[in-house]
Amino acid sequence: MDRGLRIEGLRITRGGETLLAIDAHVAPGAVLTLMGPSGSGKSTLLSVVMGDLAPAFRATGRVLLDGRDLTGLAPEARHVGILYQDPLLFPHLDVATNLAFGLPRGGTRAERRAAVEAALAEIGLDGYGPRDPATLSGGQAARVALMRTLLSKPCALLLDEPFSKLDTDRRDQIRQLVFARARAAEIPVLMVTHDAADAEAAGGEIIRLGV
Amino acid sequence: MLRPLPLLTTLVLAGPVLVGLIGAVLPAFGYLVPGADMPFSRALDWPGLTRALGVSVFSGVLSTLGALGLATLILAGWHGTRPFAWLERALSPLLAVPHAAAALGLAFVVAPSGWLMRAPATLLGWERPPDLLILGDPFGLSLAAGLVAKELPFLLLMMLAALGQVQAGSRLAVARSLGQGRVAGWLKTIFPGVYAQVRLPVLVVLVFGVTNVDVAVILGPTTPSTLSVQITRWMTDPDLSTRAVAAAGGLILFAATLAVLAAWIAGEHVLARLGRAWVWSGHGLPERAARGTGLGLATVSAVMVLLGLAALAVWSVAARWTFPDLLPEGLTLRSWNRFGPEMLATAGDTMLLAVAATLVSLVLVIGCLEAEVRHGLTAGQRALWLLYLPLLIPQVTFLPGLQLLPLSLGIGPSLWLVLLGHVVFVLPYVFLSLSGPFHAWDPRFAQVATGLGASRNRVLWRLRLPMLIGPILTAVAVGMAVSVGQYLTTLLLGGGRVTTMVTEAVALASGGNRRAIGVWGLGQALAALLPFALALLLPAILYRNRRGMRHG
Amino acid sequence: MRLALSLLAALALSAPATAQTAPDPTDWAAVSTAARGQTVYWHAWGGSTATNDFIAWIGEQAAEEGVDLRHVKLTDTADAVGVVLNELQSGIESGGSVDLIWINGANFASMKEAGLLFGPFAQHLPNWRYVDTEDKTVETDFTVPTQGYESPWAMAQLVFVYDSADVETPPASAAKLLQWAHENPGRFTFPQPPDFLGTTFLKQMLIELTDDTARLQDPVGDDYEEVTGILWDYLDQLEPLLWRQGRAYPETGPRQFQLINDGEVDIALSFSPGEATTAIENFELPESVRTYVLEGGTLGNASFVAIPVNANAHAGAMVVADILLSPAAQLRAQTPDILGYGTVLDMEKLSEEDRAAFAELDLGIATLSPEELGTVLPEPHPTWATRLAADWVARYGVAD
Repeated sequence: MDRGLRIEGLRITRGGETLLAIDAHVAPGAVLTLMGPSGSGKSTLLSVVMGDLAPAFRATGRVLLDGRDLTGLAPEARHVGILYQDPLLFPHLDVATNLAFGLPRGGTRAERRAAVEAALAEIGLDGYGPRDPATLSGGQAARVALMRTLLSKPCALLLDEPFSKLDTDRRDQIRQLVFARARAAEIPVLMVTHDAADAEAAGGEIIRLGV
Repeated sequence: MLRPLPLLTTLVLAGPVLVGLIGAVLPAFGYLVPGADMPFSRALDWPGLTRALGVSVFSGVLSTLGALGLATLILAGWHGTRPFAWLERALSPLLAVPHAAAALGLAFVVAPSGWLMRAPATLLGWERPPDLLILGDPFGLSLAAGLVAKELPFLLLMMLAALGQVQAGSRLAVARSLGQGRVAGWLKTIFPGVYAQVRLPVLVVLVFGVTNVDVAVILGPTTPSTLSVQITRWMTDPDLSTRAVAAAGGLILFAATLAVLAAWIAGEHVLARLGRAWVWSGHGLPERAARGTGLGLATVSAVMVLLGLAALAVWSVAARWTFPDLLPEGLTLRSWNRFGPEMLATAGDTMLLAVAATLVSLVLVIGCLEAEVRHGLTAGQRALWLLYLPLLIPQVTFLPGLQLLPLSLGIGPSLWLVLLGHVVFVLPYVFLSLSGPFHAWDPRFAQVATGLGASRNRVLWRLRLPMLIGPILTAVAVGMAVSVGQYLTTLLLGGGRVTTMVTEAVALASGGNRRAIGVWGLGQALAALLPFALALLLPAILYRNRRGMRHG
Repeated sequence: MRLALSLLAALALSAPATAQTAPDPTDWAAVSTAARGQTVYWHAWGGSTATNDFIAWIGEQAAEEGVDLRHVKLTDTADAVGVVLNELQSGIESGGSVDLIWINGANFASMKEAGLLFGPFAQHLPNWRYVDTEDKTVETDFTVPTQGYESPWAMAQLVFVYDSADVETPPASAAKLLQWAHENPGRFTFPQPPDFLGTTFLKQMLIELTDDTARLQDPVGDDYEEVTGILWDYLDQLEPLLWRQGRAYPETGPRQFQLINDGEVDIALSFSPGEATTAIENFELPESVRTYVLEGGTLGNASFVAIPVNANAHAGAMVVADILLSPAAQLRAQTPDILGYGTVLDMEKLSEEDRAAFAELDLGIATLSPEELGTVLPEPHPTWATRLAADWVARYGVAD
């Protein structure tokens, strides 16, 4: 079986004009970094993988995840997690409920609670469950966002400029955490970034997109 | 499942308007009403037509210019300051006060024997008020002033909402760093963007100004009255064939309204050109005077309406109260005992109707917005015009026809017809107040949630709607206020059988009993304000521990 | 398209063909049985709180007979006429939304002429036996014979209301009124025609000024200009002396009371001799207010109720009309602090007890006794009111 994320002959066009054409493979636990200026179609590529491409664009080719063809699948059925530069914690839910939001179905209430508690402990936020997400620091929120994604057991992880809003001293710490986690869970990671340091820390293949 | 909703909404909005127009055109050309001989020439021959139309147009345009100008000056000069916050707080509740109640209160304040004049009268010992034509002046100036006071909060809130979409803060900062004054910089850099956003609401205010009945009947001139009031009179004339004249008059007013709209849009182009010339010229503005005028006039307008409401309150508990006393000889609960129980019973029916109309509208609106998100079903700017259709076509033109045509299908006046009529007017406002926040909601939340495996329904119910609870409740409050204020709709489509607080209040207004008007007017104002209070209070209680929900 | 078709269909169907589902008024037992459980929508002017309270009381009496009475408050009686007309045009010939209308004058004339009314029923009401058909104009309405198509329930007569603190000797004729206005400019006004009270003022002045009052009993003819010239000459002199120099007028009768209370005018009109007393009781007028009539008498007429031909509850409506004629309701209507309307009943026909109750009524501080009210002048033919009002509007209502 073909594990990991495979992008086959993908071509994204808008109004007949080709925006981007790419072939790539990301092995489980590996990171593929896409770099390029604004407008080069980096984020559009992520939309194709997510499955919510805006109607103005057209995509041909295939995206395969662990051998599964994602074409035509509903976004929520793809198991592709995404992290943005903002943690985007749901502001009306407490921290624990944010984490529980993506837990796959199954298990008793107590088991689900325990999973969330354990996740919080893992990222050093023991007892933060009932907290208002708006009261977390930037680094704390970033960790919760990562953990929320991991708890949903994604088959692939997309990172859209994920560290650009963090303080410089926090940035490296979170970066290491994300990559280590992905490696440990054997999830293929697709990252778009401006920051050469991100690419370097990821240590994987780098594709530079032109305009 | 959501796909048919935009079409259904279109039908709900445009259907009644079209039916009403057909029902107006037929009698105007001599069909449907027997014995109507040449209705159009009868309407055209009415000796007061020129003046009535003149007053309608003049007061309508003047009030729109006034309200828009004032709202602009206030925002340009004071947005983000402490006086602005105070003014916003004073003006917002006035949005909910029904037009009729505000106008009745205002009338007592500014009349020659009213509150304002009683102060000098008491001091100088006047026994008789001066015989001055303040209310009902022939040019409709007091009518225009009343309309400005009532429309200012509406435009101000609409413009405030639009500000968020034009990066006002940073634009103004750039303009000021380039040496522009606060007001001049705002007008040059922010106003064009804001105006583009509030253009349709401004046109609604314009149409309302030209064609309203409830304010004009209280504050407008009587010799002759505005054309809309005259049309209402024709509609209720004992000579039955006059109804056809009313239909013809309605079409004349419609044509005039279209001409005014066209002139206004032409004026926009001229103003845009002048504005560019102004930017090139590099001239500024007398900043202090502009700021002072804006704040001063807006304060006066807010104080007048609030004084008017206070006057209603005092009248509702007044024993004997004659000129020139500033306050009644005594206070009594008699008026409340006399009119209160019936008022409360009617209030219950009124609220029930308002809740029903608003819920129907809310379901349609959320359905349309969600369909837009899911299926890209949007007709863009054209849909927006459709939304405004019922608000841009004079009520006195199409409501009588809307009563007549269902009748011809065997559907008599009923609660259901009234409900439909209310939805026609409530839905646009619910849509307008909800679509902005709905679109402004960060779509990345949905993407994150989808990545976590949440379906689109789960995103809607668990994220989008709960996070938008504030705007949704505000939209509900706006919708209920609109419903509570519907006069002609309730009267005509209910055939007089469906009574709400506003039909009762206006019926009483013709009798001029200020005590009864006080009780009913206050009741009506409270009925409209209560949902707003809840809309503010509920999210604050629900999300008292969620800081991220406080400025959403 | 479907709407347009339905509309055409409706037009084709609107030929009058009255379905007679109503009970026979001569069989009162059947009427009162049929009335039980019915809901009666009474369309009546809702501008007077005193009247509204009275109608609510009538509703309580009706409930005892099993009739659920609902007051539909109108700003203008013609609203109800319009509803009936619309319904009949649309082919709704039974089960209509109006069961009972408070009506008289031009509205009655036009509905009766157009065949929109149910009847005759009035003379079959059990309480009709008490009605004063000799001395009170209850069988003609503005000269139009009622023929049982409407039932009377109150007598009205034009009175002038003045504040005795400001006016020592109120002007009791057209000439004196003009003289008084010269001396007190801006202190008199009347409701703006076509308001019925304002129109009544025009008729009253015409009767005062003309030599040939009998002419007014017949419809308006070619001699209209001739007959009314004297009135317009008079008004041309009076207008500039009115409140606001005649550039604005109060909308309705009750609004004039507010003007007296606010000290804006000294004299007002009322079509109900007891209204001023009721208003004083309710703090709506100063205690110094009194009423008077003109030396040559003033116009009087009766208020009626009529039943549209397509009413939903004919029987219930007749029961309500009968309750209105009951001595108890008439006594209540005449009680000054309740309504102060004149009764339509003949005291001679009442029981001793009822007669005594009427005699004991204290009419109140500002109400004239029947003797003081003096001569009641008959209403002119309704065409005069319509024409005078329209002409007044053309001359003064839309002028600069």
